[in-house]
Amino acid sequence: MLYNEPSPLEVKILTRRFGLANSESLDTYLATDGYKAFFKAMEMTPEQIIEEVKISALRGRGGAGFPAGMKWSFVPRTSPKPKYIIINADESEPGTCKDRLLMENDPHQLIEGILIAGRAVDSHKGYMYIRGEYRYLIEAMDRAIAEAYSRGYLGKNIQGTGFDFDLYTHSGAGAYECGEETALLDSIEGKRGVPRMKPPFPAVVGAWQAPTLINNVETFSAVPAIIRDGGAAFAALGPPKNGGTRLVCLSGHINKPGVYELPVGFNLLRMIYEVGGGMRNGKKLKAVVPGGSSCPILKAEECDISMDFDTLAKAKSMLGSGGTVILDEDTCMVKFAQRIMKFYAHESCGWCIPCREGTAWLKKMLDRFHSGAGLKSDIPMIGELSKNMLGRTFCPLGDAAAMPTIAIVEKFPADFEAHLNGKPCPYQHAAELAMA
Amino acid sequence: MSDLIHLTIDGKAVTAAPGTLVINAAKQVGIEVPSFCYYDGLTLQAACRMCLVEVEKTPKLQVGCTLPVAEGMVVHTDSPQVHEARRGTLEFLLTNHPLDCPVCDKGGECELQDMTFRYGMGESRFLEQKQHVDEQQWSPVVFYDKPRCILCYRCVRICDEGMGVKALGVGNRGSVSIIEPNHFDHLECDECGMCIDICPVGALTSGTYRYKTRPWEMKHVGTICTHCADGCKTTLGVRNNEIIRGNNRDRSGINGEFLCIKGRYAADFVNSPERLQSPMIRRNGRLEPVSWSVALAAAASKLKDVKARNGQFAVIGSNHTSNEENYYLQKFARQVLGTNNIDHHRTGDIATLLDALSGKKEALATTADLYDCKAILVVSSDLSQQHPFLAFQIRANYRHHDAHVYTVTPGPVREQSIAVRSVISVPGSELADVESLRDQLGKEPELVILFGDAIKGDAIRELVAWGDSLGIPVKYVCLVDYSNSRGASDMGLSPDAGPGYRQVSTPGLAYDEILAATNLDVVWVVGANPLKHTSLAAQNAFVIVQDLFMTETASRADILFPAASAYEKHGTVTNVCGEVQRLKGGVQVMGAKPDLEIFGLLSKEMGVNLGMWSADKVLEEIRHNVHGYNIPLPILATGGAAQTAPVNGRVPVSSRPELIQSARDTLFTSGTLGRYCKKLNSTLEAPGALYSEPRP
Repeated sequence: MLYNEPSPLEVKILTRRFGLANSESLDTYLATDGYKAFFKAMEMTPEQIIEEVKISALRGRGGAGFPAGMKWSFVPRTSPKPKYIIINADESEPGTCKDRLLMENDPHQLIEGILIAGRAVDSHKGYMYIRGEYRYLIEAMDRAIAEAYSRGYLGKNIQGTGFDFDLYTHSGAGAYECGEETALLDSIEGKRGVPRMKPPFPAVVGAWQAPTLINNVETFSAVPAIIRDGGAAFAALGPPKNGGTRLVCLSGHINKPGVYELPVGFNLLRMIYEVGGGMRNGKKLKAVVPGGSSCPILKAEECDISMDFDTLAKAKSMLGSGGTVILDEDTCMVKFAQRIMKFYAHESCGWCIPCREGTAWLKKMLDRFHSGAGLKSDIPMIGELSKNMLGRTFCPLGDAAAMPTIAIVEKFPADFEAHLNGKPCPYQHAAELAMA
Repeated sequence: MSDLIHLTIDGKAVTAAPGTLVINAAKQVGIEVPSFCYYDGLTLQAACRMCLVEVEKTPKLQVGCTLPVAEGMVVHTDSPQVHEARRGTLEFLLTNHPLDCPVCDKGGECELQDMTFRYGMGESRFLEQKQHVDEQQWSPVVFYDKPRCILCYRCVRICDEGMGVKALGVGNRGSVSIIEPNHFDHLECDECGMCIDICPVGALTSGTYRYKTRPWEMKHVGTICTHCADGCKTTLGVRNNEIIRGNNRDRSGINGEFLCIKGRYAADFVNSPERLQSPMIRRNGRLEPVSWSVALAAAASKLKDVKARNGQFAVIGSNHTSNEENYYLQKFARQVLGTNNIDHHRTGDIATLLDALSGKKEALATTADLYDCKAILVVSSDLSQQHPFLAFQIRANYRHHDAHVYTVTPGPVREQSIAVRSVISVPGSELADVESLRDQLGKEPELVILFGDAIKGDAIRELVAWGDSLGIPVKYVCLVDYSNSRGASDMGLSPDAGPGYRQVSTPGLAYDEILAATNLDVVWVVGANPLKHTSLAAQNAFVIVQDLFMTETASRADILFPAASAYEKHGTVTNVCGEVQRLKGGVQVMGAKPDLEIFGLLSKEMGVNLGMWSADKVLEEIRHNVHGYNIPLPILATGGAAQTAPVNGRVPVSSRPELIQSARDTLFTSGTLGRYCKKLNSTLEAPGALYSEPRP
């Protein structure tokens, strides 16, 4: 079980069973309020369930932060076509490592959340799209699903409620783009993982042309608590319109990296110093990536901020997927930009020109720049090329590559200028020291 | 009937039907919105991002090729933001695109070149290393250069959706994405070349056209393909009197941009070294070259002699010659030689169909009907092999309008993949199998039935009666095989019918009877090879032959005239659906003369006046005298297709169904002409047969 020491500042709702012996077993789940929400939901109407989720102000935990209740209400329940639920377990946003823990440590919570969603949108079939790199987790999930089937918590007439539901796992094959919901749909249908035009939206025309609800693992995992204890209680944990807790993946140059369940709206500096144990080796804070590499970076002086969707959007960044990476004064921001651009260039699906060629060009440019062969004119050009991708691509991957790059160049121009004229990277020496 | 939408584009008021895409609405008022991946007729992609336009009240630029018009929409395609977006996108595209213009075949007709000049930057800011992968040859006619590829996926879509062959796919991802052929490193497909012509850049190039010329050095001649009966327009690229290529990228004619391998590549027979280039006379048992005047004089003299002693003539006409030539020939035979022993290799029983349709209006389908009709029934034909354009139309109809397709064929056909019902029939059971579809077909609002040579004679009458019994409007296409098979029949190359199916007083000998008759004095064969597998029973007959090559029949000739192909002359031809189109000569082969000219010179030599032998003059006569051919000249003159009016009355038919025989050509064979097409023969794909299982 890969899991860090919990912090006393956590509000453990989704992670309450983490650390328990056999936390992944159905018996443990049942002994700790498991399936109470499901039975309660079976007594509610679909409209009531959706209303409760809306009240909870639960926003998508995959990265986009779209209000979950609203998304559920878009699925045309009365359509004669079968409705599908897709669980997005593709977790590929750099810095994010929470869904793996939820699947490994508390799979039944996720299954219960899926069942409740099934009731809400009249779906009886769910597919978990799990990234291929999580080979061992697919097996773990399969075991949990088999356990649920054998004990009557999946399949026909679940626990005598008359509700049927079938759940399957499906393996991805190493593409970040397949975390994008429409590319995921194409992938699960057996095609190349290339995004689709929207509209129509997946809620209406999704998997196999049928209405489909797609949400992140953490989003579904929050649903049992919302139904069991009421949406209002969940909403109250965070600022208005940003309800509940979220699993924050604190990583980087801190003393206690790990996954911590904190209320939405928790202050970022407190996260670093009180939850994360402060900066490692007594170094100074330089920058923070708030929610995965696609989110524009925050300078140290911008980090006294409430970590909720709306506040970060106002600060021209994003709360994203919760992958909070803390960087200290010895970090070369050029190398950082180079490394994430390498990721985006590799992961670009190639469908549209700006992302395909833009990320490739920027990667080559940043490689050259970091190696010392950069020109002064490159610095504004990095921003210009990124702006040529921004808003012009077919799917948000282009934006995800452009926005952080623009932010890094604008906020850390000194790092870039330090690499000009063949000078070696000033942080190279420091990095070597840190390693020693 | 829904209301029209009103919007404004660059300050101009535009009215468009609901569902019209902004890119097309802009075209209505002459505004070009550039695009690469958008292609009319193929699925929308929004992949290239060239067509981004500004729409008021929306923050981001919008995709012009997928955005439908909305009432009151205000669009700007000329704003600074749009210009910047286009420049940026082109700059990205040109980072890995090699500067191959000097050596790239597409130069001069390249969409990327055009876009860059119009919307791009003058210099590139790219300082990095361009990605390079070597060029690949996928087949004798298809080359793929990955660095030039802009990944617009037009080729993949045209092969998959348009042709139904699905031989191209996309591999890898990101900027190393690549188009891949269906057999790892080579293509096994129809070799139609659609992918090459639809490619906006020089990524896919033609193996037969490579490095030969620049587009502006060629004379472009729009004419009709001389192979199958579909009547596709092909634009020949001619330089120095040589046909270098054929394509239809300007999407003119009934076929849009469709052409099969024959329309595109099978023109090299014209310049084959084996072309007959001099008249020949048999002396001492051997054919010897002579001058035109000698040959004409000898032929005329023979004809006059035989006529004077009331000898027996027979004429076998061609499936390839123009309407004017066919009309003139039967006039020559009937008026000058006084014989009705005229026939040609009949590949479809047109006469019986027209007779069976007597009294009906609008019972003959056009190629446009195949695209519009809600239900199509194909009986006994492998359309993808024998009528590739008709197959393309039907497939487009299915894709765009969800047409219901039904097939009754003796083996697997490609149309099965889009059919509602498919029946495999055994010879003789076709009509019974058609009857088995009655329930479903009866529910269709309308129907077009295409039938091959398995349905002939009385079977056609039964089929028409069956069509009547459905109680819905039914149109028919009698499938014939060669470029002017329909014209041969319509112009009266028949023993019992004159032009327009006029009754003749005394029917003459039919095709088989001509070959079997022992008392013939003169047999005149024009553009046909009846002696390929048989010999003339009349061993002493004097044989006059007009042809392009030394065929088996030509080697039997006593006088042989070198004839010109359809690519070398003017005239008209009638396609399988009865649409008349204009031929335009593009090259001249030294020594060969159009058949019409040979007829005329012969008539002059004989001292008879059949009228001037120019194609225009003969066409005038046809328009006045031949039932159904009073077609509007402006349509023909502008390269359009004019539908002939069906006879709509009884047609004299001496039913000889055993004479009806399809040529059974595939995509890679084309009778005599195909034998001399080096390119066609070099691309012969397995299986190259009709009704074969789909390739793996």
